[in-house]
Amino acid sequence: MSALQEVAPPERAGVRREALYFAVRNGKLMAGFGIVLVLLLLGLLGPVLFTDAPNEYGPQPMSPPSAEHWFGTTTFGQDVFTQFVHGLRSTFAVGVVGGGIAAVIGMLVGFVAGYRGGVVDEILNMLTNVILVIPTLAVLLIVNAYLGIRSVAVQGLFIGLTQWPWAARAIRAQTFSLRTREFVDLARMSGAGTGRIIAREIAPNMSSYLFMTFILLFGGSVLIASSLDFIGLGPTEGVSLGLMLQNANQWSALQLGLWWWFVPPGAAITAVVGALYVANVGLDEVFNPKLRET
Amino acid sequence: MRRYFSRKLLIYGLTFFVAVTVNWMIPRFMPGDPVASMVARANVNKPEAVEAMRAYYTGLFGLDQPLWQQYANFWGALLRGDFGVSIWLFPTPVSEVITRAVPYTLALIVPSVLLSWVVGNRFGAYAARRRLLDNTVLPVGYVLTAMPYMWLAVLLAWAFGVILGWFPVAGGYSFSMRPNWSVTFLLDLLHHWALPFLSLFLVALGGWAIGMRNMIIYELESDYSNYLAALGAPSRLIRRYAFRNAVLPQITGLALQLGVLVAGALVTEIVFAYPGLGSLILKAIQNKDFFLLQGTFLFIVLGVLIANFIIDIVYVVVDPRTRAGMAGAQA
Repeated sequence: MSALQEVAPPERAGVRREALYFAVRNGKLMAGFGIVLVLLLLGLLGPVLFTDAPNEYGPQPMSPPSAEHWFGTTTFGQDVFTQFVHGLRSTFAVGVVGGGIAAVIGMLVGFVAGYRGGVVDEILNMLTNVILVIPTLAVLLIVNAYLGIRSVAVQGLFIGLTQWPWAARAIRAQTFSLRTREFVDLARMSGAGTGRIIAREIAPNMSSYLFMTFILLFGGSVLIASSLDFIGLGPTEGVSLGLMLQNANQWSALQLGLWWWFVPPGAAITAVVGALYVANVGLDEVFNPKLRET
Repeated sequence: MRRYFSRKLLIYGLTFFVAVTVNWMIPRFMPGDPVASMVARANVNKPEAVEAMRAYYTGLFGLDQPLWQQYANFWGALLRGDFGVSIWLFPTPVSEVITRAVPYTLALIVPSVLLSWVVGNRFGAYAARRRLLDNTVLPVGYVLTAMPYMWLAVLLAWAFGVILGWFPVAGGYSFSMRPNWSVTFLLDLLHHWALPFLSLFLVALGGWAIGMRNMIIYELESDYSNYLAALGAPSRLIRRYAFRNAVLPQITGLALQLGVLVAGALVTEIVFAYPGLGSLILKAIQNKDFFLLQGTFLFIVLGVLIANFIIDIVYVVVDPRTRAGMAGAQA
């Protein structure tokens, strides 16, 4: 064990430096993360700078974008830009909570099923398949409809609880291929327990894969949350991008021609999720030498 | 093959069981008194309706009975096709309300899913390893697949419905018409159907194209492709073999995407006020019509399970390995 650990660190640092070398030269990765970073900063700093309550009614309803109201106002005179920055924040929050919970459950189930195999694998696999087939949104509809007070955190929690199956399946398959490698055998022979082997030997060897899984789960959570908001099961207080779309649809922004009400929120969701997907392709190229463009 | 199907059926049976159980549990184990809150939230003015609702809820929840008996009763009612009575359209049975909406949803979702799958696969396969096309198909695909379904629907409705005025933006047919089998009515139906269909089709298209492109590239790098190329086979032939192999994961992908596609159809219907299940769900939520909501939930689950099973059958037809009992498709 000790001999292994002495050899491992310099090698790992080398891999990291190489990954970084290719990462900063990868256009997809940089552009994708750049867009996400800009929107993230807007969501984090915006509500600090634009402290007005996002849902407060204003004196100038239905005015198009101007110097005073950057994104115009709604039929109730609410400032669309203020709603937008607050909404961005809840969108990122739902993505982190939903994607994070789904990633944790998916990793637990995937690692244990893939590493232990046998009956444990059979049971976990059955559970995964059952939840995989159930249409997620339908379950979330029922749960959220019965929840009296809804918050972004609870929404994210339930999204996370229903989103994990495909991640679990993918991680299980990867674990399966890793568990018969020599270094895992070596760790097993030196008496390491299951948890330790998974945490120290298997997980680090697929860390890039896990990170990419989290990104996809994040994007999925954002999209599902926006659908829920749009159906009218969004957070009961506060703003989200999906809620903005719902309000715009409900108060016929379409027929009234208030395009500044429904274009920004949808564009922001598309930008966040799309940029993450593109960054994911870039990451894949960074970690997988076969895919690098020559 | 028998093992493959029995395993699939076991999973679907279990899934249905879990879905029904969840459906039964949620109203009972959520905080608060469901009967009182439902009657209070329903906002019905007629006292006889309130009384009927209270009696109905108490009867259905059977709060005086032990839990296991409530659960058994729930299954009994379900197997008789009894989903309860809608509150929004009191006293129409929920099953009737749903069967009226289902044709609209199916008419939207089936063509859009199948067409986007076929066209997306063609596009993706064609774009793979062709630099110019790849550089356009890929970004467009990513933008489309990252779009929330309802946003594209709103944009299309705004552009083609409000600004250009080519298509109506609400309803399944014109308000001035009654459903019948005349040509004018069918044309009107088609006119209202076009935009929601296009919206669903476009969002789904991107994902299939990207998936197919990646699969084709993977297949073109595999040993059999290299071997064929070394033998001097024309690239058209190699591509055809690659396509046939790459379609298999796309079929599995279709099964995995069903839930997302249904969700997309629901929100798209809401944008266009299309009289399918999505609009039904919206009405159920707005009117606190929980029976309707729960009935729709079970209906969607059932539909997705059936669709999954059809895809399984298609997979057996397409992939000979599952027929021979080899490890082709994993359960």
